[in-house]
Amino acid sequence: MSFRDKINEESLRRQALAVGLVVPDNTRCVQCGICSFNCPIGIDVRRHAWLGQSVEDSHCLTCGTCIQKCPRGVLRFERGSLHLELSEVRP
Amino acid sequence: MTRHLIIGTGVAGVSAAFAIRSVDPVAEIVLIGNEPDKFYSRPGLAYMLTKEIPEKMLFSIQAREFAAQRLSLVNGVVERVDPQGRSIFLRGGQRLDYDRLLFATGATAVMPDLPDIDLKGVVKLDNISDARRIIKLARAGKPAVVVGGGITALELVEGLARRGMNVHYLLRKDRYWGNVLDESESRIIESRLRHEGVTLHFHSDVEALLAKRGAVSGVRLVGGQVLPARLVAFAIGIRPRLSLARSARLEIDRGILVDEFLRTSAPDVYAAGDAAQAYDPNSGRHVLDSLWNPAREQGHTAGLNMAGQPTAYVRKTAFNVTRLAGLTTTIIGTVGGGRDDDLVGIARGDSEVWRDLPHAIACQTHVDVNRVRLMVGERTLVGAIVMGDQTLSQPLQELITEQVDITRVRTALVGANGTLSGVLVDFWKDWRQSRAN
Repeated sequence: MSFRDKINEESLRRQALAVGLVVPDNTRCVQCGICSFNCPIGIDVRRHAWLGQSVEDSHCLTCGTCIQKCPRGVLRFERGSLHLELSEVRP
Repeated sequence: MTRHLIIGTGVAGVSAAFAIRSVDPVAEIVLIGNEPDKFYSRPGLAYMLTKEIPEKMLFSIQAREFAAQRLSLVNGVVERVDPQGRSIFLRGGQRLDYDRLLFATGATAVMPDLPDIDLKGVVKLDNISDARRIIKLARAGKPAVVVGGGITALELVEGLARRGMNVHYLLRKDRYWGNVLDESESRIIESRLRHEGVTLHFHSDVEALLAKRGAVSGVRLVGGQVLPARLVAFAIGIRPRLSLARSARLEIDRGILVDEFLRTSAPDVYAAGDAAQAYDPNSGRHVLDSLWNPAREQGHTAGLNMAGQPTAYVRKTAFNVTRLAGLTTTIIGTVGGGRDDDLVGIARGDSEVWRDLPHAIACQTHVDVNRVRLMVGERTLVGAIVMGDQTLSQPLQELITEQVDITRVRTALVGANGTLSGVLVDFWKDWRQSRAN
């Protein structure tokens, strides 16, 4: 793989991550804190759920741990505000 | 300056306080509670018992946030409310006057009428002190007995099992949560509990608590069987805390009756949360819910009204997502009927309307432990239970709460069997698309 390909691949990965956003449905949330407790970089996901705000934290890895650990299906991935279709992410 | 007093520091009380502040930057807002720990996630206690989160994670709003919003917290027990004099009296005699008052007094666990119910080792799961007590008493390899139904009973069963105890779960009739779940759903839960090492005892009831050196040592069942136990936990239902409201002569049925603005029968006195019995436009009755989100919404709405911003509370379709024996389960709308002999009245995480047997056809799809049961009405879906795979949870939540007309796919749904999920998801996507346009 050429250097240029590697750069392209990384850029592709980052764009794909950038369009995904963790979004809460706060009607399901009971503020138990499992999401915040399991976030590998310490984002207070629960606070976002309380306020009904998506996790628009530039540090969010969109790793999906909070989504997977939540016992009540509060969190989901949604396309972010960049409005990039996956096809548009292709180099 | 208006003075707001809020009795109770649960989610309804706290939401009301923040809502008042959002409208009125100068009002005096005082929350009065007798739990020294103040606001924490009560539903989170279940995950503290299963060791999924440490205790400190339960405190979702820190003291500094209360301070930043200039919300005063008073630790005390309210002994009397005088609506004529517009004042309340704390234990010890202190009097506090109010312009607006909120009852957010919540609900408390019902304990069975048995001698020696105060023995050490006999527990319930009402608050954080109870959870701490249970954790302190739990010992791996030792026997525990759980009695009751609904979500809290399973939280106790699973928490104690996760802590290595040999759990015996007693049920009065022949299956778990018989007035919300259907028989297959009950059986799924029961078989998963057995898999976790829990012993289920059907048609069983405690006749007496046995004691040794001042602590519980077991139970004797009706019929004479004795089960040794280091810990005996009861979750047989909850009851709104009403004694204060009763002594203040507020209008009461099973809870404190409130109108659409969450006003009680006394002027400038409001009620919200588990203690309030709110009007349900769907059934035309006042109903009790013991659910986190309605409590939060009621508190918020009461707060806006108290602050002078008239806002009607529109009760939504009762909805809860919970884990039953490790299986994520969504319960929406009306799904069952009758009564459950394991429960007195209502349980936590419960809604009375789930049991209003609907005039509907039940159709279902079932793969392994993943199960969807739909209650299909004449023109709308009236209820659903989604167990395991949660793909349909959100679509059904939206289709049921929005009372979407499903006439177009009704025949397909009722006759669907294996293709039910596909029919539903396609319909939901079309509906979302048409709503977006």
